[in-house]
Amino acid sequence: MRIDSVDKLNHWREKCLKKRAAQKRKVLVCLGPGCLASGSDEILGELKKILSEKKIKGVSVESIKKTGCHGLCARGPLVVIEPEGIFYSRVKKSNVAEIVETTLEKGELVEKLLYKDPSDEQTIVDYKKIPFYARQQRISLRNVGQIDPDDIDDYIASGGYSALARALNGMKPQEVIDEISRSGLRGRGGGGFPTGRKWATCAGIDSDIRYVLCNGDEGDPGAFMDRCIMEGDPHSVLEGMIICAYAVGSREGYIYVREEYPLAVVNLQKAIDAAHERGLLGENIMGSGFTYDARISRGGGAFVCGESSALMKSVAGEIGEPRAKYIRSVVRGLHDKPTVLNNVETFATVPVIINKGGDWFASIGTETSTGTKAFSLAGKVCNTGLIEVPMGISLREIIYDIGGGIPEGREFKAVQTGGPSGGCLPADKLNLPVDFDTLTEAGSMMGSGGMIVMDNRTCMVDVARYFLNFLVSESCGKCVPCREGLYQLHGLCVKICEGKAVEESLALMERLSKVIQTASLCGLGQSGPNPFVSTVSYFRDEYLAHIRDEKCPAGICRDLITYTINDKCTGCLACIEVCPVDAITGEKKIKHVLDQEKCTQCGSCYAVCKFEAVDIE
Amino acid sequence: MTQQDVTRLQGIFGRNPREPGSLIAVLQDIQREFHYLPREALSETAKALEVPLSKVYSAATFYSAFSLTPRGENIIRVCKGTACHIKGADLLLDQLESGLGIKPGETTPDLKYTIEVVNCVGACAMAPVMIVNAKYHGNVPCNRALRLVKKA
Ligand SMILES: Cc1cc2nc3c(=O)[nH]c(=O)nc-3n(C[C@H](O)[C@H](O)[C@H](O)COP(=O)(O)O)c2cc1C
Ligand code: FES
Repeated sequence: MRIDSVDKLNHWREKCLKKRAAQKRKVLVCLGPGCLASGSDEILGELKKILSEKKIKGVSVESIKKTGCHGLCARGPLVVIEPEGIFYSRVKKSNVAEIVETTLEKGELVEKLLYKDPSDEQTIVDYKKIPFYARQQRISLRNVGQIDPDDIDDYIASGGYSALARALNGMKPQEVIDEISRSGLRGRGGGGFPTGRKWATCAGIDSDIRYVLCNGDEGDPGAFMDRCIMEGDPHSVLEGMIICAYAVGSREGYIYVREEYPLAVVNLQKAIDAAHERGLLGENIMGSGFTYDARISRGGGAFVCGESSALMKSVAGEIGEPRAKYIRSVVRGLHDKPTVLNNVETFATVPVIINKGGDWFASIGTETSTGTKAFSLAGKVCNTGLIEVPMGISLREIIYDIGGGIPEGREFKAVQTGGPSGGCLPADKLNLPVDFDTLTEAGSMMGSGGMIVMDNRTCMVDVARYFLNFLVSESCGKCVPCREGLYQLHGLCVKICEGKAVEESLALMERLSKVIQTASLCGLGQSGPNPFVSTVSYFRDEYLAHIRDEKCPAGICRDLITYTINDKCTGCLACIEVCPVDAITGEKKIKHVLDQEKCTQCGSCYAVCKFEAVDIE
Repeated sequence: MTQQDVTRLQGIFGRNPREPGSLIAVLQDIQREFHYLPREALSETAKALEVPLSKVYSAATFYSAFSLTPRGENIIRVCKGTACHIKGADLLLDQLESGLGIKPGETTPDLKYTIEVVNCVGACAMAPVMIVNAKYHGNVPCNRALRLVKKA
């Protein structure tokens, strides 16, 4: 059905809601990236099979709802039973029959699959009460994990496209821009540029053509918020883009999606097709006379293509080399026309601001960083997953109250934010509020929202080396400071990891960092030295241990450590099986022997040993 | 190139507008159909889109999605994003390298397996992550890596 007026949309929403109400019983299966990686596709298959064979009152195959990421990936695969909101975690294929029999047929709980709070072993049935969720506030992620991304009517039932209707009918383009400006919304892709100001600049330029593009490149390794939104709630991104297009007067645009996200491409394409069919995208949207169309442009797997000018080159079919930005891309962007480029999360936030008002959004968060921000919590933290919190919350609350702290009783060492452009913050910065300006002042960056927690088994020199290596291979090579500077910086860092550096290297590296930061062409080089600069300022002793004592205190840098097998060895053969260079010999139930000549210090034996029988020195 | 390959290539050219702006899209289609970019396909692309071969080569080597050498029947992608790196992605690589006798970017001589290293696949919560063909595996212990590959 085509929706060609606001009345029709409201009417249709009523219908969708009625349909929803008639089907109270729903079984939500999470198909977010985390749950998929722990096998939720098999759960879905099994559930479909059982429900198509079995007759249960009020339940059928139709009751199954595939959703995007629920957030608590660490406990996946997740299955949620509505309307009660029963939260089953770590579901195995073999549990599916039991869920069907016990919960769907008899209305009872499967105790062993319920969430148990690690602190007091209490089981929690309703997932809104789990501490991980209770502390969050979801705006950009409002529908992710709740709706079926393939079903536009599910989005409409949840209030979808009502913001677009409001904008098209009753708001002038300038009023839309004013509302966004009032909200204080700053770009979620890393730069934190005020979105309203960007839109106003674009709208103010005299031009026959303007473009509205969405940045779904998410190149920051360790971040997956944008993936979850594109896969789990693609219509919210589209709706945000159309509202922007109306505000700035654009008729076409692209969503640039990175190569590694095939499911995001599929779900976005389905959303685009469905919106076309409903008359919400394309010619004469909702009968308003306004026309905008969006297409997908697939990336080719290059980090630098997330940078605005490189992205626009890539969309135009060229290699993604950034240009100098004395004229900003909002003025001269795609095909040299004025272009608005915003991040996925930024666009997904826009409809909520239009509906609830800029003042409402600005009342959340801090004065200069309003609203909420999505983060992907990964690394050495118990509750790895996807979260959204009000700006201004402390790092400690995120890592300990929501994240559940560090696993295996280890000690917190650092948290990395901002990806390759960001830095690592140590324990004494845990009370800092998370907002754009505070994190930058502390030597890191908000970035796009990747947050990686590190414990004392993480070497900070190795982390710097890791990021520099990443940047060397991702630098486009166009400007010398970035191409050569990062290469040299990386080389010196490797020497430190190998225990072959001299103390003067550090001063040289710091000087070199300044040059790269000042003289590089684009953000990649300008922020490239950050991972080194932040680790060397907060963890200088660790660098010095590598240089002076030729030791890696975290036991990571392979050239500086030795592994030995101690008397706790029970002779279980596990390490012998896993050693990639056959350096360990021995027989069952007899203490194994490690040949130091052959050993490459990879640490596989340490990783598989269940008896703490491998020592690192 | 066989006659069949040429027909497939013509099909790709037909689906995309014949203009320089289609370069990346065409290369992506070739990569998807042939699993790599054959040399002849690059020169045909240059002719079809009227762009210099040097420009085609430049794009083909700029983006990591493109490969200039044939790849194996099974593609093993090991994530080396930040989360996977600090959770032991190197150990998975050690296992795969010694088990299959190839390094990342290489293909076994029988064209059965290719190991690739990728920068984050967006499943960081389950690090370390490995993708065998299209199937994601999360929290992979190093001693299971090879078994997961052989099972594919
Ligand atoms: C090297 C580099 C990589 C970037 N990668 C991304 C990215 O993956 N996703 C993104 O949204 N922005 C990325 N950005 C920021 C974009 O250039 C741009 O500021 C942003 O997409 C604008 O949208 P926003 O204002 O909504 O954040 C990157 C910038 C640089 C310099
Ligand atoms: S770091 Fe490996 S999936 Fe993101």
